[in-house]
Amino acid sequence: MDWTGLSPEEWTAVRLSLRVAIVATLVSLPFGVAMGLILARGRFWGLSLLNGLVLLPLILPPVVTGYVLLVLFGRRGPIGSFLADYFGIVFSFRWTGAALACGVMGFPLLVRAIRLSIEAVDPRLEEAAGTLGANRAWVLATVTLPLVVPGIIAGMILCFAKAMGEFGATITFVSNIPGETQTLPSAIYTFTQVPGGDAGAFRLTLVSIAISMLALLASELMARFVNRRLDIE
Amino acid sequence: MTLAVDIKHALGNFQLDANFETGGRLIALFGRSGSGKTSIVNIIAGLIRPDQGRVAIDGAVLVDTAQGLFIPRHRRRIGYVFQEGRLFPHLTVRQNLLYGRWFAPKDGQREEFDRVIDLLGIADLLERRPGRLSGGEKQRVAIGRALLANPRLLLMDEPLASLDEARKTEILPYIERLRDQSRVPIVYVSHSVAEVARLASSMVLLSDGKVAAVGPTSELMHRLDLFPLTGRAEAGAIVEAVVERHDEVFGLSELRSRAGLWKLPRLDAPVGTRLRLRVRARDVMLARSVPKDLSALNILPGVVADIGKTDGPIVEIKLDCHGDALIARLTRYSVERLGIRTGEPVHALVKSVALDRRSLSGPIQAAASADAEASDG
Repeated sequence: MDWTGLSPEEWTAVRLSLRVAIVATLVSLPFGVAMGLILARGRFWGLSLLNGLVLLPLILPPVVTGYVLLVLFGRRGPIGSFLADYFGIVFSFRWTGAALACGVMGFPLLVRAIRLSIEAVDPRLEEAAGTLGANRAWVLATVTLPLVVPGIIAGMILCFAKAMGEFGATITFVSNIPGETQTLPSAIYTFTQVPGGDAGAFRLTLVSIAISMLALLASELMARFVNRRLDIE
Repeated sequence: MTLAVDIKHALGNFQLDANFETGGRLIALFGRSGSGKTSIVNIIAGLIRPDQGRVAIDGAVLVDTAQGLFIPRHRRRIGYVFQEGRLFPHLTVRQNLLYGRWFAPKDGQREEFDRVIDLLGIADLLERRPGRLSGGEKQRVAIGRALLANPRLLLMDEPLASLDEARKTEILPYIERLRDQSRVPIVYVSHSVAEVARLASSMVLLSDGKVAAVGPTSELMHRLDLFPLTGRAEAGAIVEAVVERHDEVFGLSELRSRAGLWKLPRLDAPVGTRLRLRVRARDVMLARSVPKDLSALNILPGVVADIGKTDGPIVEIKLDCHGDALIARLTRYSVERLGIRTGEPVHALVKSVALDRRSLSGPIQAAASADAEASDG
């Protein structure tokens, strides 16, 4: 026990949760930006189908998402076995699996924020950049993406918060192994299942609240900074 | 510079069918809103792909649907000053100005940064962001940004339309300086007779998606048959004059043109300055003989060159005053009463106070070197 009153096991859960949420958010980010661009700007058949697919984890019961992940990414699943055999990446019952589950659950929130933000970018500014000699890739890098930064930050915060709180899909996919896949919510859940676990559950709950508040505060500060830079009229 | 456009393009119910070839330092695309001006510049800039046709600048083809050729906008090197500025909000004024420089070819003649800043008077704005600029400042920065991308042609789509009168008078001199001091030719879209008369050496008159007339600005402005398109209320003649003398006692300036001597309220221009004088048709009266005891100071003899055809109450009369054209706007009754007919001598009377500062502008200077001959066309 240290000054926080957390036991080493509880600290492990906190650290693991942070790691899982940060990795889930950062790894999702490039995919989220790409998907946001495709959904905001793409014009092809099947766009709404793709949109539905991306949003699916938001609507499905988390247990279903977790089970689908288990079937696809498990040791004997088609994708899981391929990744394990060729790249040595194993998800099942590892913290990487928890990160995958959290990433999948947070992805719709990330994509949605980025997509709305891209749709709000004035295409006439991109036209102007084109007449100044920038090709499409440069327009994207120097005009579109900088203007989308507030949306990307908002999406990342949402994704991080979702990842911190994810429970159903994670526990279904990678179970609840202390030190490996036991994130904060799983740890709290475990405490509530044993007699005398109330104090532990309460401590972790306070930690959860503190992390969430800090994340919100950070997003608020960043949004203010970016808005000042953009000098929104 | 010569600009050759021959395009057919459908936009909803609107059919653009424009074919013209023209040159000069500043070409005006003139017409009412909805006449297709903006569509034409968008096609020149590569923002719209025409259904059919060809656009070329100095023989370099930008688009030719017959050959399946379409140069994308970022490789055309055509500067575009949009009506609403379109500055990048996330960049400072300096970064906005330098944006196009990144992509411009590194060789060849380049517009000097400092010279452009100086020309447009934006040195004090460099570290600001566009959100903190006034409408007039934004438009000047937008002009600088387009210019510094080193374009071979500058398109300006009603750059003054979103500004109030005071801001317009603030920017017009900068555009004049740009026309006279920069080597980049300009295509200027406008529906304002005053702007076009002041700025353009040649103009393309558009109506309903079609070219109604192409030619030197003063020539087109003086054609009575085009008045329904150029706008009757603002119609008038353009006279080139030289400041001859200032009368300090009464605060007058005397200008000499082919038509004769003009007396105006005192101007801030040294003797010898060449000016363009716009004389609106509604400010001109006609007399059969030299009237006595008249307050109007400008009495210019001339010959009736043309009489507008109309059944309405108002008629435009075009005069030839020793080579200068003047236009008078009279009632049909007066024309009948005075018996004004083509070929007869008359006197044009213009009140000096009608010729205020707003009707003046610098002449379109013959540009140095290669553009000199084009500017006559």
